[in-house]
Amino acid sequence: MASQDITPVGRDSAKASLLYDPKFRGYIFQAVTVLVIAGLVYWIVNNTIANLQRANLASGFGFLDGRAGFDISSSPYLSYTSDSTFIKALSVGILNTLTVAVVGIITATIIGFIVGIGRLSHNWLIRKLCTVYVEVFRNIPPLLVIFFWYLGVLSVLPQARESIKLPFSTFLNNRGLFFPAPVFGEGAWLAAAGLVAGIVGTFLVRRWAYKRQMATGQQFPVGLTALGLILGLPLLALIVKGFPISFDYPVLGAFNLRGGTLIGPEFMSLYLALSFYTASFIAEIVRAGIRGVGKGQSEASHALGLRAGPTTRLVVVPQAMRIIIPPLTSQYLNLTKNSSLAVAIGYPDLVAVGGTILNQTGRSIEVVAIWMVVYLSISLLTSIFMNWVNAKMALVER
Amino acid sequence: MDNNLSFVRTEMLQGQTPPLGERGAIRWMRINLFATPLDSALTLLAILALAWFLPGMINWLFVNAVWSGPDRSVCSTVAQGGIQPDGWSGACWAYVNANFNQFMYGPYPVDQHWRVNLVAIIFVLLLIPLLIPKAPYKVPNAVVFFFIFPIVAFILLVGGWFGLPYVETSSWGGLLVTLTLSFVGISVSLPLGIVLALGRRSRMPVIKMLCVIFIETIRGIPLITVLFMASYMLPLFLPPGVSFDRFLRALIGVALFASAYMAEVVRGGLQAIPKGQYEGADSLGLGYWQKTGLIVLPQALKLVIPGIVNTFIGLFKDTSLVTVISMFDLLGTVKQHFSDANWISPQTPISGLIFAGFVFWIFCFGMSRYSIFMENRLDTGHKR
Repeated sequence: MASQDITPVGRDSAKASLLYDPKFRGYIFQAVTVLVIAGLVYWIVNNTIANLQRANLASGFGFLDGRAGFDISSSPYLSYTSDSTFIKALSVGILNTLTVAVVGIITATIIGFIVGIGRLSHNWLIRKLCTVYVEVFRNIPPLLVIFFWYLGVLSVLPQARESIKLPFSTFLNNRGLFFPAPVFGEGAWLAAAGLVAGIVGTFLVRRWAYKRQMATGQQFPVGLTALGLILGLPLLALIVKGFPISFDYPVLGAFNLRGGTLIGPEFMSLYLALSFYTASFIAEIVRAGIRGVGKGQSEASHALGLRAGPTTRLVVVPQAMRIIIPPLTSQYLNLTKNSSLAVAIGYPDLVAVGGTILNQTGRSIEVVAIWMVVYLSISLLTSIFMNWVNAKMALVER
Repeated sequence: MDNNLSFVRTEMLQGQTPPLGERGAIRWMRINLFATPLDSALTLLAILALAWFLPGMINWLFVNAVWSGPDRSVCSTVAQGGIQPDGWSGACWAYVNANFNQFMYGPYPVDQHWRVNLVAIIFVLLLIPLLIPKAPYKVPNAVVFFFIFPIVAFILLVGGWFGLPYVETSSWGGLLVTLTLSFVGISVSLPLGIVLALGRRSRMPVIKMLCVIFIETIRGIPLITVLFMASYMLPLFLPPGVSFDRFLRALIGVALFASAYMAEVVRGGLQAIPKGQYEGADSLGLGYWQKTGLIVLPQALKLVIPGIVNTFIGLFKDTSLVTVISMFDLLGTVKQHFSDANWISPQTPISGLIFAGFVFWIFCFGMSRYSIFMENRLDTGHKR
């Protein structure tokens, strides 16, 4: 009977003090938070409007159609002049950001994988060299590495007249790297078509070979076929058309180099610095991923008679990739975000162009909003893509 | 005649040394350098690369380097208007030597440098016992370090009280700015990050949403945009007439940025705590804050020490970005003095940058080593 006495008391006390109900408390707390945030936002908006009125600044994105009036040093994709609009200037910035991000990501991945595998090498010297590389670059600010390349190395190169000659008619001087520019003549499209056909063909052959191996157990030399298709088809096209591609070689003139393509020192230092810096992080990720695959896996594959090469390729790496990809994604995002350091050396990326617009028009809110939207979209797209890759790599369980 | 016809040995053979290829340096080299043909090729390649690279580097860094001198002439060749023979190339440590005070204090008034030094000495004296696990009085030490020291440091560095002349933050610079930004950033971002992480795992949808929006927005954009925001937009948000110190604005930007990253690290730790720990705390009748503060956080933070220190290292490196909004931290000051007419020479920028890189490296490397040490010490064997 005692329990019957207790229950109603408990029920009563629960009713009596709503204050001690965690749910109710939660509602109150959230309501207060919302009110405080709303008040803060109201206060900020009010202040901003008052400040903008006081400074006689207009707001809104209408100014983007206006004439930019400043020059951009590097616009490889769009023809940009100072008469172009702000929107065009920003597009040039976005494209430049994407260029340096994509090229940097590819290079950083290659260096990172080499160094990361090198840190696990049985070779003492290689291991130590890779460790030194990682420990040096991981502990230095990326901005410093950029300055190192830009101010320390590239800007103290000799003048154009005393350019350093490199193989393949390439010249290096303080204006950047000059290299032969391919000039596509008539019929060059066939070579491009051949390349595309080669890639598509490789894909199809790979699928067919996989199916055949699943069905019959017979293997097919996919790698060699792919090489033949991807290199052979364009080459064949070139031979058929009589080599329609010529090169515009840079020529050393009296004061400057003429012809060829130029990669400016700004792009080069940003690209080199971001690649080297991010590669040190990728190396650590790769090392952790490979070490994360249990020893039993490689032992079992040795026991099955696989050699070291196939063991790495077929057993260790596919499993390591599952560990590697998620942190690799965040490194790719970091590299993309770090490309905004371009502003420090004047490479016209999104932030640098936006900064110029900000200084010129005083539209800080709009410019910052554009920055945020663009970077958040890039982050989102990269995440979606890498999640897709990750899903393909993920462990397939029953 | 001896009766013993035993053909079995009665005494043990003397142990022999292993063959030459199986001992000492040769064995080590065979295993570690020349195990396979590919390994041998790689080793030879690496040795060649080192032989090509190292002597030049050592020459440049130490042998040919100029350690002291009055101006640019000691670091330039005759053709460049200096005293060195043509073709000379070496580090210009004289530049670092001559501007060392600038690199440490920036334009901080010279007769007031003792104040910065005093703060640095107090900082080190408080920090060292905090870092040594065996040193006693951890709690009072931490209280002094995180609550009293900042006030003392503020009074000493800014001045204006107790007869100390006022030094405005625009005349701070060099390593002083780097360390101040990092210290404040670290001590603000850790608690703020913990609060954000708890908010993100809260059952209250509004709180959770706010924290998610804040964390993901900040993590999605570069620090430079946050700094631009702090330096251009913050003044717009405040009532007209209220102005904000520029140093403080950068500080807010850096701290908010780091706290979003910290929140994700801490969240990782919170997620790794088994549900039983929460339920155990609940069954003991602990409230939310008791449960979080006494049961969950100590375990979660211990798990993510490497991540926390990595965020600290990232923050320390990121402070160099304030150069972009024209504040002069160590890197900014070093770079600023490249254009000093007294020291323009082809060797100046690279020498200055190597010096700055070395200083940054020492701090970051020290932090990462300490984190490894702590990780091993706190490892209670739960790790698989």
